[in-house]
Amino acid sequence: MTRPTLRQQFYLVEVLSGLALTNRHFFSNMGKHIAHAFGRRDAKGSVTIQYPEERRPLSPRLRTLHRLVRREDGSPRCVACMMCETVCPARCIYIVADEHPNPEIEKVPQRFDIDLGKCVFCGYCVEACPEDAIRMDTGILEFAAYNRRSMIYTKEDLLAMEPAGPDGKPRTGIPIPADRIA
Amino acid sequence: MIDVAIALGRVAFVVMFVVNVSGLLGWVERKQSAIMQDRIGANRASIFGLRAMGLFHPIADALKMLSKEDFRPARADRLLFSLAPFVSVFFGIVAFASIPFGPVVELDGKQIPLQAVTLNVGILYVFAMLSLGVYGVMMAGWSSANNFALLGAQRGAALMISAEIAIGASIMGVIMVYGSLNMMDIAVRQGELLLGWIPRWGIITQPLGFILFLTAGIASTKRIPFDMPEGESEIIGYHVEYSGMKFGMFLMADLLETIVIAGLTTALFLGGWQVPYLTAEGFRFPWGAALGLPYGLVVLMQVGAFVIKVSVMIFVLMLIRWTLPRFRYDQAMRLGWLGLFPLSVLNIVLTGIVVLLLGGAR
Repeated sequence: MTRPTLRQQFYLVEVLSGLALTNRHFFSNMGKHIAHAFGRRDAKGSVTIQYPEERRPLSPRLRTLHRLVRREDGSPRCVACMMCETVCPARCIYIVADEHPNPEIEKVPQRFDIDLGKCVFCGYCVEACPEDAIRMDTGILEFAAYNRRSMIYTKEDLLAMEPAGPDGKPRTGIPIPADRIA
Repeated sequence: MIDVAIALGRVAFVVMFVVNVSGLLGWVERKQSAIMQDRIGANRASIFGLRAMGLFHPIADALKMLSKEDFRPARADRLLFSLAPFVSVFFGIVAFASIPFGPVVELDGKQIPLQAVTLNVGILYVFAMLSLGVYGVMMAGWSSANNFALLGAQRGAALMISAEIAIGASIMGVIMVYGSLNMMDIAVRQGELLLGWIPRWGIITQPLGFILFLTAGIASTKRIPFDMPEGESEIIGYHVEYSGMKFGMFLMADLLETIVIAGLTTALFLGGWQVPYLTAEGFRFPWGAALGLPYGLVVLMQVGAFVIKVSVMIFVLMLIRWTLPRFRYDQAMRLGWLGLFPLSVLNIVLTGIVVLLLGGAR
């Protein structure tokens, strides 16, 4: 560590320069706020995103809430191969396989539950899936619940999800767990 | 009868000013810091959808604090524990009493000084009240039956002593220059002109005293950068055991002390209610121009000038609070005892020499 210079030890000059800096911020931001209030939309005095009304743009690569991809007839594309369940480091996927009525398709999940309370959003399930049946592109980040049971998403919940729009905004409504519907 | 009404009016003005401004300061502090830091600040509290830039947040805070549980630890001293926040707030409010917010108004041959209480030893009174504020801190720390609170209170007391001594010594220069302990006299004499054109404000005659006073004054408000009595973000302070409105009263006491320090700085160093070159008849500029104004307008302008100066000082104090990091405890002690106090004494000596050379105090 270097010794402070005499000017720094005297402190007062440094304090004044610090105050000048913060004061400059105050008045330049204040001017921008006032200009904004008078109709200059490009003048922004703050970097705040007013969250519930405004949303931060998400990267299309961001891993968000999972969804199960549907076939054209609406049944899951998943063939219950258990790859995702095997690779999942958090062990949050639970699959029960069933026979598919179509003999060309081997299996279909009877149950496909994801416990989001355990999920670490690593995306390995998406990587592992040979059928491209699970994706994490819904753009949904808000799925808090009051109890653990409500954090478990079933096959029907996951099949109902839509991918996010090109602007990254979720197209499915944010799922409200049963315990939050008052 | 009319005298009583006038006296009550003066007191009411001061109490209303101080209490309401302290409520407003909660908003000022949030918004000023937010704008300084490229944020927006609290803006969600609303009445019928009207947000008013977060102006309702102090009201919402007060409602929240009033409706919270008023918890008292089992082993706490009942009387002192309840009394401490009131003591803190009370001395914060009454300290403003002898600060003049306007000139001595002549009305129907009556002399009405625009200050709550006319005291010959006004300065001493203000400092007595400011120093008594530490009793609230000590009572809170001791009566909580919590060792951390007691330690916080002791840090507070040690800080107060080192700050108050520096404050007392730094205003000795002002008293010597203006030759009075009466704050109204000091404010009146700051209206004189030096060399015919410089207003004889305390900041001109006592620049060193001003810096020392301001530093020690900030220390006595117990706010950042001198907030080791509370240390709200990590170390525990004297009001750990308090909750609800009693805790809110400690916060309010800090804001009240900020207002008192701003008022004192204004009254002693920034010319009080004086507007430069404004006399009772109107403006009289040093280059010979003059502008006559009605007496009522002059008084109004002078009271307005006091309010504006106090507001600017509060702004500066808030700016300092949101800019500087906290001093370490030993740094604050060293600053108080080895920095401010010796410099204040030096200031007294220098002022004495200058006053003597210029022909004695007037």
